[in-house]
Amino acid sequence: MNTLFDKIWDKHIIHSIENGPTQLYIDRHYCHEVTSPQAFEGLRMRGLKVFRPEKTICTPDHNIPTINQELPIADPVSRQQVDTLTSNANAFGLTLYPLGHELNGIIHVMGPENGYTLPGMTIVCGDSHTSTHGAFGAVAFGIGTSEVEMVLASQTILQPKPLKMRITVNGELAPNVTAKDLVLYIISQVGTGGATGYFIEFAGEAIRKLNMEERMTVCNMSIEMGARGGLIAPDETTIAYLKDKPFAPKNSEWDKSVAYWQTLKSDDNAVFDKELAFEASDIEPMITYGTNPGMGIGISQSIPSIDQIDETSKVSFLKSLDYMGFTPDQSLLGKPVDYVFLGSCTNGRLEDFRAFASYIKGKKKSENLTVWLVPGSQKVLKQIQQEGIDKILTEAGFELRQPGCSACLAMNDDKVPAGKYALSTSNRNFEGRQGPGARTLLCGPLVAAAAAVHGVITDPRSV
Amino acid sequence: MKEKFITIHSTCVPLEIENIDTDQIIPARFLKATDKIGFGKNLFADWRYQSNGEENKDFILNNPAYKGAILLAGKNFGCGSSREHAAWAIAGYGFRVVISSYFADIFRNNALNNSILPIIVSEDDLSMLFDKVKSNPATQLQIDLPSQTVTLSDNSWSCSFEINPYKKECLLKGYDDIDFALSNRLLIEEWEKKA
Ligand code: SF4
Repeated sequence: MNTLFDKIWDKHIIHSIENGPTQLYIDRHYCHEVTSPQAFEGLRMRGLKVFRPEKTICTPDHNIPTINQELPIADPVSRQQVDTLTSNANAFGLTLYPLGHELNGIIHVMGPENGYTLPGMTIVCGDSHTSTHGAFGAVAFGIGTSEVEMVLASQTILQPKPLKMRITVNGELAPNVTAKDLVLYIISQVGTGGATGYFIEFAGEAIRKLNMEERMTVCNMSIEMGARGGLIAPDETTIAYLKDKPFAPKNSEWDKSVAYWQTLKSDDNAVFDKELAFEASDIEPMITYGTNPGMGIGISQSIPSIDQIDETSKVSFLKSLDYMGFTPDQSLLGKPVDYVFLGSCTNGRLEDFRAFASYIKGKKKSENLTVWLVPGSQKVLKQIQQEGIDKILTEAGFELRQPGCSACLAMNDDKVPAGKYALSTSNRNFEGRQGPGARTLLCGPLVAAAAAVHGVITDPRSV
Repeated sequence: MKEKFITIHSTCVPLEIENIDTDQIIPARFLKATDKIGFGKNLFADWRYQSNGEENKDFILNNPAYKGAILLAGKNFGCGSSREHAAWAIAGYGFRVVISSYFADIFRNNALNNSILPIIVSEDDLSMLFDKVKSNPATQLQIDLPSQTVTLSDNSWSCSFEINPYKKECLLKGYDDIDFALSNRLLIEEWEKKA
């Protein structure tokens, strides 16, 4: 009667503290430059080594430029942080894929595409979007820097066991409705804190039909409804994806692993603390209008009116619209935007570039806006070139940048200026997320493509 | 060893905004440091300072009437990014307690790991506290960790709060999780052999 989450969690328990958290073994630890320096420093102060160095994979991604990566990083503070990751990885004997390496990329893109993420694993990283790896049927969640230090020191973590929620999406998505629209829709229904305290299992026909990249998009954003993480039971799609990935098991180990992965699903009568169900046919291309990812609407709808908002939330709602320069009841269609960003660990994979290219093929980039197309990893960039997608992009007047987190959090130079509107395929529309004063509208790759061509917010189904 | 947490008696700063994310608590451009110090001056930077670097007079932290070690905040405090820099900024500024009607999970863990006590009260109690503090900035709260109570100093209201007994012990004694995890080294190695 166990859920998939319970099965993985229980298998990794080292010790349960009475009335306290569980000490959990961690199979895979991903590490990037921003949330790790203080953890390595902590190890040094305690005189400790990394307990299981082979289980940690490091790559710089947050703070790196997306042009001229061959040159030294211009910003000295950024450069120091990236260099610190290199020296820490070297000093502690960890695998590192530095800037420019063929496996470098956003940690949640490069890990899965190389077979470092496998079903049944426990996975952590000092990054909230670690939930992405749940797409493989792993218990994957973000942690803070003190916890990074703990994982480095002991390969374990202390965590209170979350509650379990199942979100079932029945039916099939309509054409031109993407995985991003699906998850933005769910978040708009559940709310930005609605799944706080829960770990989500996504299930149902619409989820099963998604390919691995789309499943990653969905699990990636489970954190945006407050969930500790989200996972999807592994199936034939998962196994086919993992076959022959560089670091996936090989030969007899592969057969053994597949046999185990096939057992990874919730029992028929498993009990969840909360169950929600949605109909895929209710979902249209989505867009957000406010300053958290729960403030989303179907692209043909209008911003809610003030009397649709809870009494206690009215002040925050109006503050948010004020920041965005919108008013209640407003429709967003036809609204000019200044920037379009395709990329991030949510929508920076090959599928996303295929979707974007499918729309813009034979059309031209609008002259009125700046478009940043940032592949999630070196491998994605290479796939884009191998498939000839780069040619379609160039013919339409677009340019590709080099891989990294880029405008998703604007730690590098890819910043949206104050007051400007950015249509972004990333995961957060918080105030200032894409630069101080920047106004972000989240969407999927097709809505982004439609705006990139027309210069204004456009329903990708209409043209 | 970390700083021990036992009782706090203080006025509060009321930040009546919901869903405050860690990008607001400490914007990404301040995350480039490789140590934990100095984040307090950039706490809520984009709300606290104007683009020319001057203080934004309308923001509550710049209002001299409101001071203290307790931050009162709207529901779902600390959502978004896992950055522990948010907890370092809150601690660096001098807050020891954050009171809200609920917290994002990662932030709550990060706070506890930095001897900041996140206290959950009901939505009604939270709005009552906002009203009290806004109408009288001198309003004081007494936080008592051993008895897990939060009390208005005029004794007009008191309520108990939840905290995991293990975490409570850690805060009271100044222990941290890493010492504990390593004390189970043999159990970890046994687990690895079985796996
Ligand atoms: S792409 Fe954005 S969300 Fe993903 S890891 Fe980078 S900064 Fe975080």
